[in-house]
Amino acid sequence: MPLILNEEQEMLQDAAKGFLAEKAPVSAFRTVRDNKPADGFCRQLWTEMAQMGWAGIIVDETHGGSGFGYVGAGVLAEEMGRNLTASPFFSTSVLGATAIQKYGTEKQKDENLAAISGGETLFALAVDEGPRHKPDHIAFSAEPAGNGFILSGTKTFVADGHVADKLIIAARTSGDEGDTAGITLFLVDANAPEITRVHTPMVDSRNAADIAVEGLEVTGDDILGELDGGYAALEGILSAGRAVLSAEMSGSAQQVFDVTTDYLKEREQFGQKIGSFQGLQHRAAQLATEIEMMKSAVLKSLKDLDQDFDNAGMTCCLAKAKTGQVAQLATKEAIQMHGGIGVTDEYDVGLYFKRVHVAQQMFGDAGFHSDRWARNSGY
Amino acid sequence: MSDLDKFRAEVRTWLDENCPEEMRDGDITPENQCWGGRQWEFQSEAQKIWFERALAQGYTVPTWPKEYGGAGLSAEEAKILDEERQAINARKPLSNFGISMLGPALLAYGTHEQKAQHLTAIARGEIRWCQGYSEPGAGSDLASLKAKCEDKGDHWLINGQKIWTSNADISDWIFCLVRTDFEAPKHQGITFILIDMASEGISVKPIVLISGHSPFCETFFDDVKVPKSYGDNNPSVVGEINRGWDVAKNLLVHERGMLGTMSPLRGTTGPESLGKFAAEKIGLDATGRLDDPALRQRIAQAELDNWAYDLTVARMTDEANAGNGLGAKSSMLKYVASELTKCGTELRMDIEGTTAATIGEDGIEYGSLANNWLYNRAYSILGGTTEVQFNIISKRVLDLPSQ
Ligand SMILES: Cc1cc2nc3c(=O)[nH]c(=O)nc-3n(C[C@H](O)[C@H](O)[C@H](O)COP(=O)(O)OP(=O)(O)OC[C@H]3O[C@@H](n4cnc5c(N)ncnc54)[C@H](O)[C@@H]3O)c2cc1C
Ligand SMILES: Cc1cc2nc3c(=O)[nH]c(=O)nc-3n(C[C@H](O)[C@H](O)[C@H](O)COP(=O)(O)OP(=O)(O)OC[C@H]3O[C@@H](n4cnc5c(N)ncnc54)[C@H](O)[C@@H]3O)c2cc1C
Repeated sequence: MPLILNEEQEMLQDAAKGFLAEKAPVSAFRTVRDNKPADGFCRQLWTEMAQMGWAGIIVDETHGGSGFGYVGAGVLAEEMGRNLTASPFFSTSVLGATAIQKYGTEKQKDENLAAISGGETLFALAVDEGPRHKPDHIAFSAEPAGNGFILSGTKTFVADGHVADKLIIAARTSGDEGDTAGITLFLVDANAPEITRVHTPMVDSRNAADIAVEGLEVTGDDILGELDGGYAALEGILSAGRAVLSAEMSGSAQQVFDVTTDYLKEREQFGQKIGSFQGLQHRAAQLATEIEMMKSAVLKSLKDLDQDFDNAGMTCCLAKAKTGQVAQLATKEAIQMHGGIGVTDEYDVGLYFKRVHVAQQMFGDAGFHSDRWARNSGY
Repeated sequence: MSDLDKFRAEVRTWLDENCPEEMRDGDITPENQCWGGRQWEFQSEAQKIWFERALAQGYTVPTWPKEYGGAGLSAEEAKILDEERQAINARKPLSNFGISMLGPALLAYGTHEQKAQHLTAIARGEIRWCQGYSEPGAGSDLASLKAKCEDKGDHWLINGQKIWTSNADISDWIFCLVRTDFEAPKHQGITFILIDMASEGISVKPIVLISGHSPFCETFFDDVKVPKSYGDNNPSVVGEINRGWDVAKNLLVHERGMLGTMSPLRGTTGPESLGKFAAEKIGLDATGRLDDPALRQRIAQAELDNWAYDLTVARMTDEANAGNGLGAKSSMLKYVASELTKCGTELRMDIEGTTAATIGEDGIEYGSLANNWLYNRAYSILGGTTEVQFNIISKRVLDLPSQ
């Protein structure tokens, strides 16, 4: 399987470039940031994305999706990363769709996948309970009661949590905090009165929420995947999320790098283009090389998800580790090489710096993933 | 089954039936590789058998045309052969500068007769080549080279000095860059010429490296007469006179390509991963992590980078095969590969601590870890330094302005 895009995927990429340049360039993101609409994104844009088949990008055609798989999702995410497009794509079309399609019952698929593809239902994944990503530290409780469970606990940094129609919550049905066994995923109605959602404005101006649940009654039908065995499903969903988020960060990194090299060819000091100074050239060359390494890791993780989903965990780990480092380096260097204007709000590079920081925190930063790699390799 | 799948199945069977068990011991190192040449002696019967079987199949130089001793494989087929070979950990049957550097240049620029003589001898492991580019005054700025080559009618007369000539003392022939025009701009007076090392007037002097060993030499040319031609339509010069820079540049791309396609960490600790190796030497803490957090982080970083590098080689190869070419991006691979190669032995030296830094009474043993660690410093210098690769990437990939 060659490590390049096929013709269909290239066409999708071209379409995405065209659509986003017209409908959702960085200026559109600025408008959302400055106008602070309650939703945190533009509903009209999301409807159009769904019409393009993006909301159901990984969903099978039998469920109304466009069946492009994870490479397709990555292609879109990369372009969104280039444009800083804010939309529910990641939480709904990647996390929500993966959860249902890979781990849902037939009934859950019938009820949700078409609604995801149509852009009608928004999802959010509630995992973390503290400021650092720790998917095996789940304290959120699901106490057995009668035929079902009673959910209580809090979750933080739930992307799109305040606008979601449905929440996927990782809860503890047995064992102790820190055990991977005893975790169960529940699919619940986000508008239940027992759920309180507080929008938490983030430095990247994207959506996140703190969620508190108090005594929400659920039944066995609301379980997604296996009782007590939800960690494997959570890992699968997180892997897909890590790969696609890496694609987004890769797009952001490539975009700031393009903008920066353009600036190096334009800006003059000391009577010459600053791009002629070797002090900057060598850093740019090194960064360009790192970007190539990052792109390979990202594409491989997406391809692995499509070909052998259950065994793609480590390539997704590599992708997130590598993009975490490279995208941060790219945005830092972009600011530095722009000099004074690099730290102004008017100039876009700062927006990328902020977005990449938050995306790197999400689902594990480079340190988290190199630790994970090492443990998995036996050291 | 597609043709390529069929080919893969055939190759797998062939390798299984023909590659001796002893030759399946991981990737080759300079110490155990089969170099060939007039002075070559096989290190084992298995090495000889493996070489001969591969030769009969055209697999010493799989992509070269059959008429010059190759197997005429396409890029896709060669990739499959390589994958299958690596899957059983088999060594390459033959590897040397003739295969990786001169061969591709001759394929691009040589006459049929030049190819028939030189490519065939390389494929058959009969002639070992060395590379005469660098001079004391011409390193990174290679085009400023001064070795003088004069036209004397029926022969060329060469005077000058080359330096850092790897294995000059054990090579049979040398491909050389010489100056044929001292008036022209520096890139336009250079000629690419093939010389028998047995010629009168050539002398070599080994240079001792920081490892105490000497794989490279100074090479002196004192009134060396080189025939204009080695037969009909078989000149000693490759390409046009004064246009040797084109050939040299083509060859440097191949050299970088080669330096850039070795999986850099592999072989540092044999078939085992660096991390596993460290775990055995150092031990784990109560949480199951290597009992040295800083070293652990460095190892993990190197392993992840090595993986991303391998994927990048694969991706760029696929892109090149799809017709986008690799071009100056080979400089990126060269840079990363040389950094990782150095990093691998640095890490292993750190993992083994003072044990690795202890050498015997006879000095640093050839092929020992300490020797490789010291030799590896050269990777970011030879074949164009890291800084030179950065210059190339800046100009040719990023199109940044010059001063
Ligand atoms: C927060 C802030 C407060 C400031 N306050 C003041 C103030 O109070 N008064 C005032 O007068 N100024 C002030 N400045 C301006 C500051 O001094 C300039 O921003 C700084 O000198 C850089 O100039 P520049 O922004 O034009 O960048 P440029 O000079 O255009 O530099 C762009 C990039 O090129 C690099 N570069 C430039 N020349 C070379 C070279 N020869 N070799 C290698 N690299 C090179 C730079 O390092 C940088 O990375 C302030 C700037 C900031 C960000
Ligand atoms: C182990 C080994 C084997 C070799 N084998 C061969 C061989 O078989 N045949 C052969 O012909 N040669 C061979 N070489 C030579 C090798 O190609 C040269 O060493 C190399 O090109 C660098 O040249 P130099 O040593 O003269 O260093 P210099 O060019 O003098 O470089 C010194 C330093 O200056 C830096 N520098 C130079 N120019 C620039 C620039 N424009 N911008 C920024 N920095 C710069 C370099 O990066 C380096 O750090 C070998 C070298 C080694 C170490």
